[in-house]
Amino acid sequence: MRHILSLLLENEPGALSRVSGLFSARGYNIESLTVAPTEDPTLSRMTIVTSGSDEVIEQITKQLNKLVDVVKVVDLNDGEHIEREMMLVKVRASGKDREEMKRMADIFRGRIIDVTDKAYTIELTGTGAKLDAFVGAIERSAILETVRTGASGIGRGERVLKA
Amino acid sequence: MEITGAEVVVRCLQEEGVEYLFGYPGGAVLFIYDELFKQDKVKHILVRHEQAAVHAADGFARSCEKPGVCLVTSGPGVTNAVTGIATAYMDSIPVVILSGQVPTHAIGQDAFQECDAVGITRPCVKHNFLVKDVRDLAPTIKKAFYLATTGRPGPVLVDIPKDVTVAKVAFNYPKTISMRSYNPVVRGHSGQIKKAVQLLTEAKRPMVYAGGGVILGNAAAELTQLVRLLGFPCTNTLMGLGGFPANDAQSVGMLGMHGTYEANMAMQHCDVLLAVGARFDDRVIGNPAHFFEEERHIIHIDIDPSSISKRVKVEVPIVGNVRETLQELIRQLDGFQERHDRSALKTWWTQIELWRARDCLKYDRGSAIIKPQYVVEKLYQLTNGDAFVTSDVGQHQMWAAQFYRFDKPRRWINSGGLGTMGVGLPYAMGVKLAHPDADVVCITGEASIQMCIQELSTCKQYHLPIKIVNLNNRYLGMVRQWQEFFHGNRYAESYMDALPDFALLAESYGHVGMRIDKPADVEPALKEALAMKDRLVFMDFITDQTENVFPMVPGGKGLSEMILV
Repeated sequence: MRHILSLLLENEPGALSRVSGLFSARGYNIESLTVAPTEDPTLSRMTIVTSGSDEVIEQITKQLNKLVDVVKVVDLNDGEHIEREMMLVKVRASGKDREEMKRMADIFRGRIIDVTDKAYTIELTGTGAKLDAFVGAIERSAILETVRTGASGIGRGERVLKA
Repeated sequence: MEITGAEVVVRCLQEEGVEYLFGYPGGAVLFIYDELFKQDKVKHILVRHEQAAVHAADGFARSCEKPGVCLVTSGPGVTNAVTGIATAYMDSIPVVILSGQVPTHAIGQDAFQECDAVGITRPCVKHNFLVKDVRDLAPTIKKAFYLATTGRPGPVLVDIPKDVTVAKVAFNYPKTISMRSYNPVVRGHSGQIKKAVQLLTEAKRPMVYAGGGVILGNAAAELTQLVRLLGFPCTNTLMGLGGFPANDAQSVGMLGMHGTYEANMAMQHCDVLLAVGARFDDRVIGNPAHFFEEERHIIHIDIDPSSISKRVKVEVPIVGNVRETLQELIRQLDGFQERHDRSALKTWWTQIELWRARDCLKYDRGSAIIKPQYVVEKLYQLTNGDAFVTSDVGQHQMWAAQFYRFDKPRRWINSGGLGTMGVGLPYAMGVKLAHPDADVVCITGEASIQMCIQELSTCKQYHLPIKIVNLNNRYLGMVRQWQEFFHGNRYAESYMDALPDFALLAESYGHVGMRIDKPADVEPALKEALAMKDRLVFMDFITDQTENVFPMVPGGKGLSEMILV
C-alpha cells in the first residue's frame, strides 16, 4: 500500500543521503522524495512517498527513527491528511491547439506562467492523481517537457509535526 | 589559551579516559600524532594494518565496558578500516574511529589520499561526522562517544581534515551533551511488562532466548536471576554466550545453525518465548515460515525498536534497556512460582532432557588424528573455563562456541554478525590490553589467521602474551563442509595449499611456535603454552581434515530439521 511519510530532520549536510541510503540499502521503495528547510533553518522537512506491506512500512518508520539526524517521523496515512504536488509542463500551443491548451489548463485550474508563439508553460498543483489526469487529458504529442516536485504532505486540522 | 585542533583531539581522548588508542599514522593525521608524542596518558598501539586497529579497539570494547578508540589516516587508512567498522556495526560494538582527511580546501579535488570517508562508512556506522570547523571539534568528539556508548551501541566515525588539526581554538570539553534527535529509551513500558508476566505465568512450554544485548547491556546477572526465578530453560545465541552460565542445569546451550539439538527443538516447540536482546536472525531461527508452523506467544525485550518484529512478528514488544527492563520484570514476577503451573513445566523439562540425551555434540574421542573439538575441550578444562577466548570465523568458531562453556559474560569475543575472518588475533590484542593478567586465547584456523597475521609483529612490540590455538585442517573448513553437504564433494578453492610453517613463522616474529600432530600431545602442549605467561605461543594443531560441525540446520531449513552426527 502507498504511504506518505513526513519527517523532520536536522538540516545538516549528509542528512538526505542518510535517508536515501537507508532506502537503497534495505531495498525499500521511494516513489518520491521532497525536502526543504523549514521556518526553523536548523530543521528540514521531508516528505517520502513509499509503498509496502504494513510490516515493511513499520520497519521503514523504525529505521528512519533510528537515524541520528532524524528528529521525528509520522506516517500521514495514520490520519486525515492533505497532499499536494506541483508540476510545470511545457506544451505545444500553436494554431488550433493554442485555445484548446488554454481551456484544458483552466479546467484543471492550472496557470499559464510562460508564453511564446508556439508554447505555453503551465503550472499545475494538486494530488499526484490530478497531475496524472492532466497529462492524460492533453494530447501526448503536445507535451514538450514536464517536471514534477513530488508530493508534499501535511496533517489535517490541528495535527502538527513539530520538533 | 588557544590550542590546535590536534591538541584538542588528544585532550578530548584524555577527558574521555581513553587508555589505549589503536592506530596507524599517515600524512593527514601527523599533527595529531605529534600531540600524542608529547603526552603519555593515552597510549598508542601501532598496529600493522588499519583493519586490525579497528578490530583491536572492537575486541577491547567487547571485553570490558568501555568504548574502543582508533585513529587512522585519510584515504587508504579509512578504506582499510571499513571491514573493522562494519564488523563492529553488525555486532553493535561501541567504537570511536578518528580518521584524518585532506585539508578542507582540497576536499572534492581528488587530492592525494583523499576519499569520502563519511560517504564510504555511512552504511556501516551508527553515525559519522565531518568536522570542518575547529570550534566544532570537541563537541563532535563528545557526541561521538555519547552516541557510540548509549542506546544500541555502535561505531561512530569522526573525519578530521588536516587544516582543522592546525587551526586554533580555546579548549572546552562539554561535560554532557544532549541531542534533540537522539533520545534512547531506557525503561521498558511497565504495562507491556505486565502483559509479559501474564504470558509467562500461563506458559506450559516456556523458553528464554537471550542474545548479545544481554552482554552489551551488562544484564547477565539480571538474566541469570530471572531464569532461575522462572525455572525455565534458557538458550543463548552465539553473541549471547556467557549471558547465562553454560554450566547451569537450566542452560540448553547455544541455538541456531550449529546450536544444540535440545536448544533448537525447545525453541521450535515452546509455547511462550521470552526473547531478550536477540534479533531472530537467519542463523538463529532458520526458515521463518518453518518457525511459524508452531504457534507460540513471543515477548521481545530490545533496546532497538527496529529489531522488534523485523523478521518475526512479536506479540509483546518491550523497548528498553535490557538490564532495567529485566529488573522491573523480576519485580513484577514476585510470587511467580506459586502462580505458575509447575507440573506442566516438569513435563516440558522431561521432554527437554530426552532431547538433551541425544548427546548432539558427541565426537570420536578415540581418534588417532587430533579432533578439533578435543583441543577446545582440553583448553576449556586447563583454563578452568576462565579464559577470554577470541575466535575467527568458520568451523573453529563453532567448535569454540560449542565446547568452551562460558559461564561469564564478555569472555567470548567473536564476529557474529558480519562473520569477519581475521578478527581473532587483533581481538585478542585488544582483550589482552584490557585484561593484562587474564589468559587470552585466540582459537583460529589456518585460513583465518593469515588474514591478519601481520599483527604478530604488534604483539611482539607491545609484549602481548596471547595464546594462539590454530586448528589447522588445511581446508577452509566451513566452506569445505558446505561443499561436502550441498555441492557434491566438489571442493572448489577450499583447499589451502602452500601453507607456511606456522611455528617457524611465529618464531621469526620473536614468539614461541609449536606444532602438535598427535592427540596425546594436545594436553601437554596446551599446559606448556599456558605456563609461559609472558610469551605469545602459537600452537599449530594439525587436525582431522574431514571433521564437520554438527548439529547443522542447513540454510533455508527449519530449526527442527537438523543434520545430526
